[in-house]
Amino acid sequence: MEMTVAQAVIRCLELEGVEVIFGYPGGAILPAYDALCRSGNIKHVLVRHEQGAVHAADAYARATGRVGVVMATSGPGATNLVTGIANAYMDSIPLVLITGQVSTGQVGTDSFQEVDITGITMPITKHNYLVKDPKKVPSVIKSAFHIASTGRPGPVLLDLPRDVAMETIDFEYPRTIKLRGYKPNYSGHRTKVLEAAGLMMKAERPVIYAGGGILNARATGELLEMAEILSAPVTNTFMGLSGFPGDHPLFLGMLGLHGTRYANLAVTHCDLLIALGARFDDRVTGKITGFAPRAEVIHVDIDPAEIGKNVRVHVPIVGDVRQVMKAMLAQLKKKDRSRWLEQIRQWKEQYPLTYAREGGLKPQAVIEKLCRHTRGDAVVATDVGQHQMWVAQFFRFRQPGTLISSGGLGTMGFGLPAAVGAQIGLPDRLVILVTGDGSFQMTVQELATAVDQKLPLKIFVLNNGSLGMVRQLQEFYCDRRYMATNFSFVPDFARLAGAYGVPGYTVENGEELDRLLPEVLSSPGMVIVNCMVDPSENVSPMVPSGCGIDEAIDC
Amino acid sequence: MEQGVDTIFGYPGGAVLPIYDALYDANINHVLTRHEQGAAHAADGYARASGKPGVCLATSGPGATNLVTGIANAYMDSVPMVAITGQVPSALLGRDSFQEADITGITLPITKHNYIVKDVRDLARTVREAFHIASTGRPGPVLIDIPRDISGGQLEYEDPGPINLPGYRPVVEATGEQLNKAAAAIMASERPLIYAGGGVVNSGAHMELKQLAELLVAPVTVTLMGLGGFPGDHPLFLGMLGMHGSKYANYAVCEADLVIAVGARFDDRVAGKFDEFAPGATIIHIDIDPAEIGKNVRVNIPIVGDVKVVLRQLLPRLEAKIPTAWQEKIEYWKREYPISYQENGSLKPQRVIREIYNVTGGQARITTEVGQHQMWAAHYYTYTRPRSFISSGGLGTMGYGFPAAIGVQVACPDEVVFDIAGDGSIQMNIQEMTTAVNYGLPVNVAVLNNGFLGMVRQWQELFYNRRYSQTELNNPDFVKLAEAYGAAGMRVTKGAELRPALEEAVRDNRPVMLDFIIEREENVLPMVPPGQPLDKMIG
Amino acid sequence: MRHTLAVLVENNPGVLARVAGLFSRRGFNIDSLAVGRAERPDVSRMTIVVEGDDRVLEQVTKQLHKLVDVIKINDITPEEYVDRELVLIKVSCDPARRGEVMQVADVFRARIVDLGRKTVTVECTGNEAKVSAFEESLRPYGIKELVRTGKIAMLRGNRFTALDDKKDDD
Repeated sequence: MEMTVAQAVIRCLELEGVEVIFGYPGGAILPAYDALCRSGNIKHVLVRHEQGAVHAADAYARATGRVGVVMATSGPGATNLVTGIANAYMDSIPLVLITGQVSTGQVGTDSFQEVDITGITMPITKHNYLVKDPKKVPSVIKSAFHIASTGRPGPVLLDLPRDVAMETIDFEYPRTIKLRGYKPNYSGHRTKVLEAAGLMMKAERPVIYAGGGILNARATGELLEMAEILSAPVTNTFMGLSGFPGDHPLFLGMLGLHGTRYANLAVTHCDLLIALGARFDDRVTGKITGFAPRAEVIHVDIDPAEIGKNVRVHVPIVGDVRQVMKAMLAQLKKKDRSRWLEQIRQWKEQYPLTYAREGGLKPQAVIEKLCRHTRGDAVVATDVGQHQMWVAQFFRFRQPGTLISSGGLGTMGFGLPAAVGAQIGLPDRLVILVTGDGSFQMTVQELATAVDQKLPLKIFVLNNGSLGMVRQLQEFYCDRRYMATNFSFVPDFARLAGAYGVPGYTVENGEELDRLLPEVLSSPGMVIVNCMVDPSENVSPMVPSGCGIDEAIDC
Repeated sequence: MEQGVDTIFGYPGGAVLPIYDALYDANINHVLTRHEQGAAHAADGYARASGKPGVCLATSGPGATNLVTGIANAYMDSVPMVAITGQVPSALLGRDSFQEADITGITLPITKHNYIVKDVRDLARTVREAFHIASTGRPGPVLIDIPRDISGGQLEYEDPGPINLPGYRPVVEATGEQLNKAAAAIMASERPLIYAGGGVVNSGAHMELKQLAELLVAPVTVTLMGLGGFPGDHPLFLGMLGMHGSKYANYAVCEADLVIAVGARFDDRVAGKFDEFAPGATIIHIDIDPAEIGKNVRVNIPIVGDVKVVLRQLLPRLEAKIPTAWQEKIEYWKREYPISYQENGSLKPQRVIREIYNVTGGQARITTEVGQHQMWAAHYYTYTRPRSFISSGGLGTMGYGFPAAIGVQVACPDEVVFDIAGDGSIQMNIQEMTTAVNYGLPVNVAVLNNGFLGMVRQWQELFYNRRYSQTELNNPDFVKLAEAYGAAGMRVTKGAELRPALEEAVRDNRPVMLDFIIEREENVLPMVPPGQPLDKMIG
Repeated sequence: MRHTLAVLVENNPGVLARVAGLFSRRGFNIDSLAVGRAERPDVSRMTIVVEGDDRVLEQVTKQLHKLVDVIKINDITPEEYVDRELVLIKVSCDPARRGEVMQVADVFRARIVDLGRKTVTVECTGNEAKVSAFEESLRPYGIKELVRTGKIAMLRGNRFTALDDKKDDD
């Protein structure tokens, strides 16, 4: 069938089952926008800055498990995507990004709104393409979706010159695609699986350390089963949170820099560490030689390059976490480990997560209240900073994929557009955004998008008038020399809500918040609650820089 | 910072903390923006207004990637900028550590040069080189990535000595032979035209350009980047050329027998169809960057050198000319095809710009965002001095104008600064309103609000049968928005309210956001459709 | 320890930038990298010499594999292989001393490829050790200019690093 390349692009997206595109139009991408308008089968969410589009698509992917799709124009449209692409890359999120490019004849001449986006994004995409041959467009799109969504997921960018988009081709969409340089391995090596199962049955003090791979591979059911069979406590990385029920007795919470003391102690004292879809990030391990020093390590990951990257591994297993765990489960038998669990219980009792409850509105209390009022049944998007860690510590996630947050890149400004994307993917769920006064401002323009799309987001700004996490670091490492972290001016977020036609409230104590919450959480529209929290609160415990994770301090 | 830096625009974070800690004691003004993109654009605006390199500072990972658009913008418009980013400690490099991004790899295509410092002893030399490279030759952004262990390392400061960069030696002076050829061609020409770009502003050659034009009685057309490089009220001024240039400038290009291109680069938006640009003309091209010469358009006499130096070398080789039929023809075109618009009772964007000009007596520093308003700001405000029009030319970055205006106001605290914006663009970096209020910067923002991404809508109207795909905007209330930020907000819907509102805005010493509700489907005219030669204008 | 990798990559624009960028980003040290077209036009072959212990090598290999354009990687270090490098050296040399330079060249089976009034340019191929020894031998005469291609390598005998057509190309 004859059609323009631009129309073919939209047709390919339809055939991939794409329902939503997040984007922003501009000169070079106009042919695709025109084709999109003519087709009418795909919803388009017009954001207010391209950064918002990627973050929204990223969160849409996290919330739904589908590939997020972004469209932007050349030049600044493309460069505005960079942070979002890097963010998705670090957190292994499947995205396909289509950017317009100047016409092929002008590529390389510094023409208007030209930028070498494939060059720029080489370090932060799983793969990228500059398509110069109109006939190859359908197969490139097929490849892009295949690469983005299989193996270790990640963002794939496709740069489409304007003249190529306007060419006419005979359209045929390939049903399958074979790439000789890309063949992810899904089933783990049989002997390694048996070896791992043997170690699991033998170990006396096992700990399961589960990361974001558990969620990507949808292996949360297997995780629960494995933990209960082995009587093994489970700690999550930040990315792994919501992968294991937050109220389960075997749950240790998060480990690492701001992890619970009991999770860190358990890892330090365990004799077997079962790492599932996790990558031994520096924020998790602390001083690398002090990490799980007494343990043998089993590491299951889809990405062979992650195995042995940061720590020595005894049983490496490359494969899809879910498939490998299923194979393992077939080998495991119920095991009682009451002594080890008793030790864990004592640590939990001795070193609970806590905070001083008197004096002003405590940010931790806001999170606890949110958790209580929603019974943990909400999708929580966060920004980056102290509030993010408090969510990790004090919100007990019950369902997989309900925490949506920037882990690896730590992108302030991710939260609001992420909440937009999550709500679009899950229109019937309660979506809460917990943000900070610094982060919220970074992408605040997306309030217009949320209003435009009539999204009933519930936004809670933990407002401490500062860049709290950086301030906390300055308190510890710079002798309280606070440079550029205490905002001398913060806008009035409740009034800001008003400018977007949305109700806004400011609360200053816990009782006010308790009174307000039922109404806010059940209201049919978007609400912004500006929580004036105690500015002196720190995220505690904290493992000081260069220390082992068992050397956390209270702060 | 031995480089005489007095202001840094930035945003702190973990990996850049040691530098922030050093700033605590330093005698440098730090402007905390609300997004790193704002810091980069503000540093860029500061550099364009002051002529000094702009400096921005950000942390690793997202801090660094958030600078990317601002760096690309400065690169395309040849703005001297030094961007300093924190990086994860050396031992964690390459391991996908928390907030790690390969920013030197990412910015390879959009920096003049970049560095990652791996030894603390290289730091001083690197900084010195970076400022040198950023500000000399064809200016541009240079990025220095500093791992936390390096910036936190101790060091006995030693003077790194003179700069020695064998791979970087910009040519400043032209050769006599080329100058003589150029002089001969100029004296022999009957219909000369000067086409001046941003290089005139960068090298401070506006006086020399004026002398050249007056000596030759040669009309002068400028690029968007060249606005302000030649007095807009001068009788020889033809306004802008190219896609949205004046008809008379474009006709002059098509009929000139000599085009003297001064610090300009024959961009696609200027030249239209490359092989039909100035078809009958000998082309002299003066530029500091040899790679620009002959890149898009054939050049007969190339001259590599600093524009100001070259013009000073060239002027003594020329003699005064007298007006001829060419100047008469130009005057005829100017009378016949003026840049104009139709009043129809609703608020016209062109009129808003003209009133801003009247109220500020032409003395304001104008920044713009990107879109229709940018072109109207180019057409209807008369720029009489260099560095008074500050706009994103090459990259065309929506969201540039407002943070740039903040940088301009920091550089020029006593001047009136206007950001001319559209309702789409202004939202892109609206968070910087906090910065403006925080530092008491009385920036004025004129939002030409048509409820559309107007320029894209115009293209859809003209080339896509009015299928307005995703260009209609549902906007916040800009007046209330300004007030939520503690700034002043005003709405103007009628012509009669224009002048009083603008006068009040200029008097107000807070940031002011003016929401002008303008005619919704006004187009920027004239226009050369993309890929067409310059005389195929519509409107 | 130095490793020699024979790498097959798609002959796509930008593939060299992808590989070079990866090495710089991950902090791997490249000793040399030579690239050119292979026996079929859609594939290029790279010979990469990297410095590092086994852990580094493992990471290099795994990270390279993640590049979609990289088809196949063989560490041929422990295998029997032929490797060659080409060097061009321009020596300053009066006509009077030409004979000496020619003699040195002869010993290494190098060839004179250009003669100037005051210079001689010689070409030498061989494995790395030979090329280095040749360079050292000419150093006393005053090397004005030198260019080396970097190592290229190929397995000996009936062993290949080529595409397995059935497996890789269906």
